Amino acid sequence: MEKDRKEGIKGMANPGRYGIERVAYWLMRITGLGLLVYFIGHIYETSSLLDGKAAWNSMLELTQTTEGHIFLALVIGMCVFHTGNGIRLMIAEAGFGFGKARRPDYPYTPSSLNMKNKLCIYVSIGLAALAMMYGLGVMYDV
Amino acid sequence: MAAIFPVSSQEKHEKTKPSTKSITLRISKFNPGKDHATTFLEFPVSYEKWTTVLDAILEVKNYHDHSIGVRYSCRQAMCGSCGMIINGKPKLACFTKISELDSDVVTVEPMNNFPLIRDLVVGFERMFSTHKRIKPYIIREDSEISSGAKEFLQTPEDVEKYIQFSGCIKCGLCNSACPTMAVDSTFIGPQGLAQAYRYIADNRDQGKDERLRIIDERHGIWGCHFAGSCSQVCPKGVDPAMGIQLLRGYLLGYRK
Ligand code: SF4
Ligand code: FES
Repeated sequence: MEKDRKEGIKGMANPGRYGIERVAYWLMRITGLGLLVYFIGHIYETSSLLDGKAAWNSMLELTQTTEGHIFLALVIGMCVFHTGNGIRLMIAEAGFGFGKARRPDYPYTPSSLNMKNKLCIYVSIGLAALAMMYGLGVMYDV
Repeated sequence: MAAIFPVSSQEKHEKTKPSTKSITLRISKFNPGKDHATTFLEFPVSYEKWTTVLDAILEVKNYHDHSIGVRYSCRQAMCGSCGMIINGKPKLACFTKISELDSDVVTVEPMNNFPLIRDLVVGFERMFSTHKRIKPYIIREDSEISSGAKEFLQTPEDVEKYIQFSGCIKCGLCNSACPTMAVDSTFIGPQGLAQAYRYIADNRDQGKDERLRIIDERHGIWGCHFAGSCSQVCPKGVDPAMGIQLLRGYLLGYRK
């Protein structure tokens, strides 16, 4: 009798063990899900227009609270990270940006985890943080 | 005859001195046919700077508990038998020195994303059958051994295109680290996909279309999200993540 050692969602989601690339993978998934939730909410929000101006205005007021501002700032951050990292992934997944395959020498440094890739991840995180700060600045009129 | 590496008297003394450093080795024990839950057995093990995790496990097996299930063969990172989770990460036990772990406690567990046979031993049947599925051999009409045919010559540049991927020892560490394998047991996995690239990139091979048809599905190449964990843990510098992305280039039309 054998027992399957499949790690499941817990293992998939654990971002801590395999470097920044795994963190980016995890953030990409989370932000993707977050944006999906936002998209559904956004459709619901804009559909209130059908009930007239008053309904639309009361819906907008929801975003003028502290929770609403935090939520919108998160949406901005998710959008920017997902876009930046998404562009990196589109380029990498088409096979670009790794250099050429070559005979590996010890200690092996994988080309797929090269500095260019890492830098793109850090830049995406940095841009997301900046955009969130800018968004909060606009929302709080700073 | 002169000694090539003369041994100083201090080194001689160090060699005979018993080690004063020791760690606690925690070994995962679970027999699916008998046990209900995993237990961890703890053993104090002394080590030298060259002692590997496999050496430590074998010391425990030889002198403390013969029942510990562990698989190994070459003891030099060649056969791919001794993959396990060492302090939370998939590594080869024979290729990991205790001194480089920098920890007083070393925990060894069986690899994730494989069926457990017993203790530290997992079953490789599924990985081997997936490996077989991608046709890991040169496919072409003629053959070097058929009469009249000559050797298929390759330039060093041709060899460079795939040699990196031919170093795979089928240890399964990449599959154990892969986040897609963690949730999808039908995923081909980084090991199989990297090997598909190895043969497609070989200019003696003519089986590209056949292999691309096999991997072009949700549980095939499109299941990879480029988390790169496979390449982080590969002990042979195969860089499966790179192979998979290069392979995708064929399906997206960037590569011929
Ligand atoms: S690609 Fe690397 S980690 Fe994966 S099975 Fe081959 S040698 Fe092991
Ligand atoms: S015993 Fe062969 S790879 Fe470790």
